[in-house]
Amino acid sequence: MTSGKHARALGNSLKALGLSLASFLTIAAVPAIAQDAAAGSYTPMKPTEGVGMPVPEGIGLQDQYSKIGEYGAWIHNDVLLPIITIITLLVLVLLIVVMVRFNRRANPVASKTSHNTVIEVIWTLVPVLILIGIAVPSIDLIAKQYKPAPKGALTIKVTGNQWFWTYGYPDNGDFEVVSNMLNVPGQPTINNGVREVGSEPWDGPSHLEVDNRMVVPAGEPIRLQVTAADVIHSFAVPSLWFKLDAVPGRINEKVLMIEKPGVYYGQCSELCGAKHGYMPIAVEALPRDKYDAWVLTHAGGVIDGQKAAGTDTDYLPGEQPAGAAPAADASAAAAEAE
Amino acid sequence: MATTAEHFQAHAEEHHHDHKPGFFARWFMSTNHKDIGTMYLIFAIFAGIIGGAVSGVMRAELAAPGIQYLQYISPWVGDDPSNFNATLHLWNVLITAHGLIMVFFMVMPAIIGGFGNWFVPIMIGAPDMAFPRMNNISFWLTVAGFCSLMFSAFVPGGTGMGAGTGWTVYAPLSTTGSPGPAVDFGIFALHLSGAGSIMGAINFITTIFNMRAPGMTMHKMPLFVWSVLVTAFLLLLSLPVLAAAITMLLTDRNFGTTFFDPSGGGDPILYQHLFWFFGHPEVYIMILPGFGIISQIISTFSKKPVFGYLGMAYAMVAIGVVGFIVWAHHMYATGLSVNTKMYFTAATMVIAVPTGIKIFSWIATMWGGSIEFKSPMVWAIGFIFLFTVGGVTGVVLANGGVDDVLHDTYYVVAHFHYVLSLGAVTALFAGFYYWFPKMSGKMHSEFLANLHFAVFFVGVNMIFFPMHFLGLQGMPRRYPDYAEAYTYWNHIATIGYMIMASSLVIWFVNIIYAFTAGKQAEDNYWGEGATTLEWTLSSPPPFHQFETLPVIEEAAHH
Repeated sequence: MTSGKHARALGNSLKALGLSLASFLTIAAVPAIAQDAAAGSYTPMKPTEGVGMPVPEGIGLQDQYSKIGEYGAWIHNDVLLPIITIITLLVLVLLIVVMVRFNRRANPVASKTSHNTVIEVIWTLVPVLILIGIAVPSIDLIAKQYKPAPKGALTIKVTGNQWFWTYGYPDNGDFEVVSNMLNVPGQPTINNGVREVGSEPWDGPSHLEVDNRMVVPAGEPIRLQVTAADVIHSFAVPSLWFKLDAVPGRINEKVLMIEKPGVYYGQCSELCGAKHGYMPIAVEALPRDKYDAWVLTHAGGVIDGQKAAGTDTDYLPGEQPAGAAPAADASAAAAEAE
Repeated sequence: MATTAEHFQAHAEEHHHDHKPGFFARWFMSTNHKDIGTMYLIFAIFAGIIGGAVSGVMRAELAAPGIQYLQYISPWVGDDPSNFNATLHLWNVLITAHGLIMVFFMVMPAIIGGFGNWFVPIMIGAPDMAFPRMNNISFWLTVAGFCSLMFSAFVPGGTGMGAGTGWTVYAPLSTTGSPGPAVDFGIFALHLSGAGSIMGAINFITTIFNMRAPGMTMHKMPLFVWSVLVTAFLLLLSLPVLAAAITMLLTDRNFGTTFFDPSGGGDPILYQHLFWFFGHPEVYIMILPGFGIISQIISTFSKKPVFGYLGMAYAMVAIGVVGFIVWAHHMYATGLSVNTKMYFTAATMVIAVPTGIKIFSWIATMWGGSIEFKSPMVWAIGFIFLFTVGGVTGVVLANGGVDDVLHDTYYVVAHFHYVLSLGAVTALFAGFYYWFPKMSGKMHSEFLANLHFAVFFVGVNMIFFPMHFLGLQGMPRRYPDYAEAYTYWNHIATIGYMIMASSLVIWFVNIIYAFTAGKQAEDNYWGEGATTLEWTLSSPPPFHQFETLPVIEEAAHH
C-alpha cells in the first residue's frame, strides 16, 4: 500500500506539472487530448427548466424520472387524487342537499329517526372496500421500493452534515465530494468561499444549486447508503421519489435508479438546525461513459467494477484502466478538465 | 390564610346561589369547575394570540424568498442581528414555539380544560369535578409550563437564543445539537403542562365514572362527555410516555446518559418511537372533544337526536384505540423495515373507517331535520367540510410509499392544519358561540358571529389549501426561505393569513359587544333542540349547580 500512496503522490505532482504544461504549451494540443473522454473530463450539465425542480405556480407532483416515481405518481394522481376528490365532493353535495332540503323553512317538523342499521353498515363497509382498493397498489409500491440493489451495483455513500452534504464513492476509489449551497445574490453569505448562484452558465435555481453536485450514472441501479455525522438530516429528491433520513449511527440503504441524464434537485427534509433550509441536494445523472470520465477527474478516482481486473498496484489518477495512455498525457487531460 | 377560611365558609353557606368567595380565593384558589374552565379559556385565548402572532411573523417572512424580517425580530430575544446563524435559528424557535403553544397551551386548554371543565360535570348532572383542588393545580401547572416555554426563548439554545428543535424535539438536534439551557426550559414546560394534563385526565375519568346523576347511564351520556372520556384515557396512557421520553432527553443533555446517542449505544430513532407513541394519540386528543362539540351542535340545530348514537360513541373509542397503534406513520422516512412500513400503512388507513362513520352520521343527523342556521351550526357545518378535506389528505399520507415524496413537505403542513387549525379550532369557535351566552349570561351578535365565520373560512382556506400545491411540488416544511418557484402560492397563503387575522378582530369585537350591549341570555336560548342538562340551568349557571341531583328519565334522549 505504501507504494500505492507513493504512486498517488507522484500522480498528483504529475498533475500539477500537467497544469503548468497546459497553460504554457500550445492551446491547440488541448482539444486533441480532450477527445480522450476516458481520461477524465467533466463540465457540469446545464439543468433543463422544469425538470427535476419545482415549477412556478405548480400545483401537482414534480415530473418523475425514475420507474418507482412513475408508479408512485400514478398511485397519487390516478388512484388517490380522484378518490379523495370524489369523497370530498360527495360530502359537499350531501351538506348542500341537507341545507337546502332540511332547513327550518323547507322542513318545519323534524323527523325523529336516529337509527338505520342498513345505512350504517353500508357506510362502514364501503369505505373498507375503498381502502382495500387503495391498499393493494400502495403495499405493492412499498414492496418495490424495498427491492434490494443487485449484486455489483454501484454504491454511493451520502452523509448529512450541519449544513452540507458529502458524497462518498467507495467503488470509485473512495474519494469524497463536499457539496455546499451556492450563495444567493443580495442575501447574507451562507457558505464562505462559495460562489454565488448564476455566476456559471450551468447553474440551476437559487436555493437549490450547489458547488459540487452528486454525480451518478443514469440508467442503472445505485445503492445509496445514507447516514449523518451530527444530527438527523434527510436526503430527499422529489422528482426521483426519493426520501431517506440520514441518522447518525445508522446507515439507511435504498436503491436509486434514474431513467435519463439530467440534474435533479432536492432539499434536506429533516429539521437539522439553523441552516436547515440551506443545504440542498443536486443530483446530476450522466451516461455511463461521462460518469466514468467525471470519476477520473478526482484524485484517486477509479472506474468501478474494474479494480479487480487491474493490476495489484493502484492506478495513477487519470490513467486509463488499460494503462495505455502515457501518464503525462492523462494528467494534462485532467488539468484541462479543471 | 384568612382568605382560605373565608373560602371554606363560603362553601358551607352555599345554600343560597351565587354566594361567591372573594376575588383572590375565587380565582387563585379556585375549586369551582366553571371558574377553572373560564380561566382555562382566557388562558387559551391569551396563548393563542401569542401563538397566532408567531405564525404571523412566519407568514410575513414566507411572503417572498429571501430573509426579510427575522433579523429585525431577533434582537427582541437577545440575538445579534448581524449573526446570520442566530437569525436563522430564530426561525426554528418560531416554528417550535408556534407548534408547542398551539398544541399544549391553546387547543388542549381550551377544548379539554375550558369546555370540558365547564360542561362535563353539568352534562352528567354533577355538582363539580371529582377532585376540585386537583383541578386547580392542573390549571396552574399549565400556566407555569407556559411561562417556562416563554422564558426558554430568551436563553441560549445553540446557534441562537431559544429552543429551535421543532415541537417534536428530535434527538440529537435537541441534545448535542442544542447546547444552552433553552431546550431544558422547553422540556420543563412539557413536563409541567403534561403533569397538569395527566391530573386533568384522572379528574375527568373519575368524574364521568362516578358522578353521573341518577339515570344518567353511560349510554345516555351526551356525546361531548363521551368524547372527553375517550380523550382523558388517551391523555392518561400517552402522556407518561412523552414524560419518559423527554426525561431521557434531559438526562442525555445534562447527566451523560446516551439513550439517544449512538456513540454510547443509544438510538435517535428510539426517541421518535417514544415521541410518536404519545404524539399520534395527541392529535386525537386535540380533535376528539371537537367531535363531541360538533355532535351536540348538529343535534341541537337539526332538532333531532344524534343519528347512530352508539356508533358515534364507539367510533370515538375505536379512533382512540387504533390511534395507539399507528404512530410510526410519522416515521416512514427513517428507514423502517418493509414489513413495518406495510403494517403502519394498513393500520393507519383503518382510522378512516370510524372517522367516515362520524362524518356520515353528522350528515344523517341533519337529514330529515329542521335546521336552524344559527352561528354555532354554521361553524359546525364548516367544520364537517374542512375536516373532510383534512381527513382525505390523511388517507393519502397514510400510504408509506407515497409518503416518501410528501413526508416533511408542506403537504403535511396543509393536512394537519386542515384537521387542527381548520378542524379543532373551527370546533372551538363553534363551541364558543354555542356556549358563550351560557357561560357569560350575555348574548353575542349572531351577525358578527356569522361574519367571523365567513371571513375566517375564506382566510384559512387561502392559507392552507395552496400548501397542498407547495408540498406536492416538493417544498420542505420548517424552511425560512425557498426557491423562487414556490413564491406564488406562498404569497397567496400570506394574504390568506391577513384575512384570517382580520376575522379574529371581528371575534374580539363580538365579545366586547356581548359584554357591553349583549342581551341577557335565557336559560335555553337555542330552543327545543337543546336537550342536554346545561340548558336546564340559568345563564350563567349558579355558582354551584345541582345541589339536588337531577334525575334522568328513561325516555330522555341524548
